[in-house]
Amino acid sequence: MRDGGVGPTLVLVIAVGVLTATGVTLLLERSLTRILLGVILFGNGVNLLILVGGRSGGAPVVGAGPDEEMSDPLPQAMVLTAIVITFGLTAFLAAVAYRSWYLGGDDEVQDDVEDQQIVALAARNEVANADLGGEGPGDDPEQVDPEPPQRPRRSGGTR
Amino acid sequence: MNQLLPLPVVVPLLGAALTLILVNRPRLQRAVSVVALGTNLVVAVLLLVRAHRDGPVVTEVGGWPAPVGIVLVADQLAALMLVVSSAVTLCVLVYSIGQGRAETSESAPVSIYHPTYLVLTAGICNAFLAGDLFNLFVGFEILLAASFVLITLGGTEARLRTGSTYVVVGILSSMIFLAGVGLVYAATGTLNLAQLAGRLDALPDGVRLALQLMLLLAFGIKAAVFPLSAWLPDSYPTAPAPVTAVFAGLLTKVGVYAIIRTETLLFPGGQVANLLMVVAGLTMVVGVLGAVAQSDMKRLFSFTLVSHIGYMIFGVALSTTAALSGAIFYVVHHITIQTTLFLVAGLVEERAGSTDLRRLGGLARVTPLLAVLFFVPAMNLAGIPPFSGFLGKVGLLQAGVAQGGPLPWVLVVAGTATSLLTLYAASRVWNIAFWRAPQLATAEPVTRLPGLMVGATTALVVLGLALTVAAGPLFQVTADAATDLRLRTPYVRAVLPGGPP
Repeated sequence: MRDGGVGPTLVLVIAVGVLTATGVTLLLERSLTRILLGVILFGNGVNLLILVGGRSGGAPVVGAGPDEEMSDPLPQAMVLTAIVITFGLTAFLAAVAYRSWYLGGDDEVQDDVEDQQIVALAARNEVANADLGGEGPGDDPEQVDPEPPQRPRRSGGTR
Repeated sequence: MNQLLPLPVVVPLLGAALTLILVNRPRLQRAVSVVALGTNLVVAVLLLVRAHRDGPVVTEVGGWPAPVGIVLVADQLAALMLVVSSAVTLCVLVYSIGQGRAETSESAPVSIYHPTYLVLTAGICNAFLAGDLFNLFVGFEILLAASFVLITLGGTEARLRTGSTYVVVGILSSMIFLAGVGLVYAATGTLNLAQLAGRLDALPDGVRLALQLMLLLAFGIKAAVFPLSAWLPDSYPTAPAPVTAVFAGLLTKVGVYAIIRTETLLFPGGQVANLLMVVAGLTMVVGVLGAVAQSDMKRLFSFTLVSHIGYMIFGVALSTTAALSGAIFYVVHHITIQTTLFLVAGLVEERAGSTDLRRLGGLARVTPLLAVLFFVPAMNLAGIPPFSGFLGKVGLLQAGVAQGGPLPWVLVVAGTATSLLTLYAASRVWNIAFWRAPQLATAEPVTRLPGLMVGATTALVVLGLALTVAAGPLFQVTADAATDLRLRTPYVRAVLPGGPP
């Protein structure tokens, strides 16, 4: 992987950069399938980055070679865990994309409700007003006339 | 005593396995879940007592000594978080059991709910107890994977629409975190938090700052700090009420916990204090302005949730002992209150058929008990004097005033304004939904609210009030925890008794 130098090979570093950059570009898309591909690329880029962070060398087994020529086993262990986790998350995202396509016919991430409401209000040139409804005692006969209540409604108990 | 430490992670995982086997025996499944979380609560209280008396409790999980092996650490901060999260998860579990038994609504949890919920709890506990950065990452992933399942529970169209945003944002934040972990390892050669404390200090300032910002970015997304908070108010409200409640109470606080831990143990010195303060102020103000504009109870509370994260970040940014103490107290208060409010919103939905303020009215007359259950935590959140919300805010604002300087003063003003606007938002909900002529969104005949749901909500309201009554001793614990955090040595010495190698 490296000729006993001080840093990782340039090839690996460039691979990390390319994977991450393409991954991030795909993440910016609207379609969940592309986001999925982006997550896969980005995840692999990050995993490679962890691997690059450790010392390379021979197999990290005691007795297999001199200690100072061993590779660092910790990033490899971490990468294994990270690969499993990334795999699980990717599988879940694939399931969400499929379900979304199954229900809605496409797998695009839609605008949220708030955005849609604001766009609709803007199109009608109105101002949002949540505080609707009759205020004041005039609208509410019970508030003016505090007769003894008949029975508390919640003790009805009919199922 | 040290053998107790892995239990908060192991017991829920074991419970998850058991409940998965018992899917066809609902009664037994519920019993197993309650026993598992009840055990958690007891263990957490024991750990807090021990950590408060004798300093951090440390366990080497694999039997290897600290810098090589994986350690679980419960210092006062972690143990306190553990106690509150166990109490809250237990109450929410009881609430969801009540909801499931009533079978009155479509939102009743399905059978996969219990195993997933227990896995979520295990992830939260693991994140609180983690003594190294990678284990913290694993804890985050456990809770994240479980939360993905919970937020898309049932797989309806609305939940998938909001859930897909949540899933993508969650995955992105964990990728950033993972990259940060990889870079920290490359720079220092260790991930043990206690050892990192020494090694990061020795790094050049620029490298240290880059690592700090990378981790802050990852935790900031999870904690929903302002520029990174847009995902939260969209994704939380569509999930079932107990799920939303536990997410709102705990998931963002795990992010806040991670920020507190890394900023005090790994990166002290306040290199980014000003950045954090600006971000905290914007989180408060933007969040609460969003809350003022909402017309749905659940969305409104999602925005107050974002807004009040700002108070905790403010405490971290000030980073004095008093400020950290206030921030920890505020985390405890906010976990309890925010969860309670979402549970109450669930009760309102159960009773009135909707949480949309435009379709509600006069609930105070229809269900007086529900009105009380809403009013107390709402006023608590807004910071009305006798309650714990007031005490936490006063603690933080006093710390800000004591610090002095233009930026802390701006933050003190912003904090006060946020508190007032929260009061406005809360009283608006009260005026519209609980006063006026009764108007319900459902035409169904009146049924009694399930006793377990009301009971669990009442228990949390009482817990919120207990925080007020026990504020003195609690502040003592948080002040102790803050002192330990500032010193760093108690943590490092507990993990590495022989000093860092």
